[in-house]
Amino acid sequence: MSLELQHPAVAPQRLSHQFEQIDQQNEIYIVGMWTFLVTEIMFFGALFVALTVYRSVYPDAFEQAHTALNVWLGLTNTFILLTSSFTAAMAVRSKMLGERTRTLFFLAITIMCAFGFLCVKYVEYSAEFREHHFPGPNFHWEQPVTASAVQGDLSANSQVALGSPKISVNEFPANYQPQQLALHKRELFFSLYFVMTGLHGFHVIIGIFVLGTLWLLIYFRHPTVDDYMPVELAGLYWHFVDIVWIFLYPLVYLIGKQ
Amino acid sequence: MSSIPLNPGALGSDGRARARENYLNIKHTVSSWLLTADHKRIAVLYMISISVMFLFGGLAAAGIRIALVRPHDTFFSSETYNKLFSAHGIIMVFFFLVPSIPATLGNFLLPIMIGARDLAFPRLNLLSWYLFMFGAVLVMGAIMFGGIDTGWTFYEPYSSVYANTNVVAVIVGVFIAGFSSIATGINFLVTVHKMRAPGLTWFRLPLFVWAMYATSIIIVLGTPVVAITLLMVVLERVFGVCVFNPACGGDPILFEHLFWFYSHPAVYIMILPSMGIISEVIACFARKRIFGYEFVAFSSMAIALLGFLVWGHHMFVTGESMYSGMVFSLITFLIAVPSAIKVFNWSATLYKGNVWLTAPLVFAIGFILLFTIGGLTGLYLASLAVDVHLNMTYFVVAHFHYVMVGGAIFGYMAGLHFWWPKITGRMYPEGWAMLSAFILFIGFNLTFFPQFILGFDGMPRRYHFYPPEFQMWNILSTAGSSVLAVGMLIPAFYFLWSLKYGDIAPANPWGAKGLEWTIPSPPPSFNFETVPIVTEEAYAYEAIYAAELAGDYSHVEASIPYNQEYVEKPQSNISNEEHQ
Repeated sequence: MSLELQHPAVAPQRLSHQFEQIDQQNEIYIVGMWTFLVTEIMFFGALFVALTVYRSVYPDAFEQAHTALNVWLGLTNTFILLTSSFTAAMAVRSKMLGERTRTLFFLAITIMCAFGFLCVKYVEYSAEFREHHFPGPNFHWEQPVTASAVQGDLSANSQVALGSPKISVNEFPANYQPQQLALHKRELFFSLYFVMTGLHGFHVIIGIFVLGTLWLLIYFRHPTVDDYMPVELAGLYWHFVDIVWIFLYPLVYLIGKQ
Repeated sequence: MSSIPLNPGALGSDGRARARENYLNIKHTVSSWLLTADHKRIAVLYMISISVMFLFGGLAAAGIRIALVRPHDTFFSSETYNKLFSAHGIIMVFFFLVPSIPATLGNFLLPIMIGARDLAFPRLNLLSWYLFMFGAVLVMGAIMFGGIDTGWTFYEPYSSVYANTNVVAVIVGVFIAGFSSIATGINFLVTVHKMRAPGLTWFRLPLFVWAMYATSIIIVLGTPVVAITLLMVVLERVFGVCVFNPACGGDPILFEHLFWFYSHPAVYIMILPSMGIISEVIACFARKRIFGYEFVAFSSMAIALLGFLVWGHHMFVTGESMYSGMVFSLITFLIAVPSAIKVFNWSATLYKGNVWLTAPLVFAIGFILLFTIGGLTGLYLASLAVDVHLNMTYFVVAHFHYVMVGGAIFGYMAGLHFWWPKITGRMYPEGWAMLSAFILFIGFNLTFFPQFILGFDGMPRRYHFYPPEFQMWNILSTAGSSVLAVGMLIPAFYFLWSLKYGDIAPANPWGAKGLEWTIPSPPPSFNFETVPIVTEEAYAYEAIYAAELAGDYSHVEASIPYNQEYVEKPQSNISNEEHQ
């Protein structure tokens, strides 16, 4: 039995063979997208857990390290992403109303915002690479690690293993170098910073591909985008990318010690 | 019952059957298999792939058992021994047990059981198989050319700093296979929510579907966490970032927390689908509605949710605080309750049933026995004080093999035999299947029961050498593993044999209930000609039970010898249409 025979009436609406009605198909796409976003939340969630744990264990080192980030560039990026989320929502609405030109316009703005975000991120990253803040053997911290910071690190170090019994300072091995460890804790902060913002940036790049493909399909009036659903799904994804940054920015750039 | 043939085109003008079109014979080209979006064909592709992976994992296990025959083994170097048990764990966990039932029987049956033509996202389903294959090839390549010696747990900081083996390639392979698992999970969740046939309410769902639903929740919530955790290990190795490395203040215990946040629920990914199969098999062959249907369904959900709250019991002795240890111990005890509910309800279903002892039921009973032992020994390990003695010994190894092999694989075998007629259209040889079930049961106990004793006496796991006084139990275990291997090879041969010489399976060889038995064997490509309307509960065996007590076995369709022509009998599922 062929597909056409099964759904003669709905064939132009591109109803896939496994569904009964176009409404069911659309609902399933939405539920599927939300389920996918749940997996994405768990994906980033593990990183947020790691950040929270280490921040609570090394409050001093993290407080010091986060001052090296450029709050204003981060703020610029926050505004760029919020704007792009708004235009993404407007693109969905325009597509629902069948306004093709406006859809293309808003999608284009969204894509440009995404590129803008990446450009700002490039400026930030290159400054951080110049200052050797990328973790690894070349990691360097220009400010002298103060004695009080070292002391703070040592007292915090006793809680490295979550909730393990306290170790007193003189139990550390003889070749233990507090200065070295204090440096490494800043490296730990930057490791998490680069992993989290890098993974987020990767999601932005994927978003550019998705939105760009969508723009081209709509521009060339491809039948797969006759329905508004593809735009809606891409919009959901883009809002997710936005909201990750909304959590990332304050947690990494803004929050100080207490 | 009316005599309308299910597929009118199947009867020629002379009333004889023509070769009926089904999902297997509709096309024969290689590309029709490799580019298929049919959930049944993808299930078969998965079945072949995981069987090959099982063979590799089994060979590694054989290597381990050979090494442990002598206290000071000289057959393998210690490095090779480490690589063998790592390969065994990684292949068996990530490339056999996790995808085993969901991706094969689940893929095949879930849409049919809920009366759908396919899963919600057929192409995503195919993509999941390709991701699985890509990960599997990468991991197998890494294991063949160099190997990995971290164990399947990739514990930090060994995996990121000290190991000189193919850690990156293996972790990337596992990472990719994780996404194949996520794709399957999303697909199943959406399908169960949105594609049930009219009349198929949540509490009419077969318990296998409930089990797959609970499994998918675990997959969707857990797998991303281990994916990102393993990704960080790779970043530590490749770029020198430091997240878990204690040399820069990182916390290896945090790695263990994040790893077990997935990997403990992952054992429920392996066992829950088996439990679903056991519910189906036992209800069918006891000819009774499953005892306490709602309790069995909700116990699956309870296991899925509680399973996320017990991961800390893997770290009782590795630096977790005493207080979190107590909480994790308590919740671990709690999870025994839903597991026990299932065992009690299966036993109660069999009680006073009109039991038909077939190979699937023998496997299912084996499952109950072995899972009970595996589950109860889990309670030893959940007790904080006892765990201090037993942790990292062979007691743990024996415990989880009773659950993973005695549970998951016996369940898989039960399901494979039960639905083999539906999947291939051929009957397996019953006598051989019974024989292999008994051989497996004996071989399994002989292999793993001595390991309880070894562990209790203090033999640590993962060690290449051991004191000579442990040799007797190790020899017993190795002897058992060769019996186990024979028990695994017999089904491999008779399943392949049955593809050509097995009796031709009727649509419903067991007289079973469930939508999958209302369509021909093997099913046509789109499963159902018309959307079925469900008007009764799952396991409505009352009428069949009464008929069998009265001596009427007409609902059990006889199979046909392979060399005779098969005339399709009118199907009883037309009753679905009569209800409209």
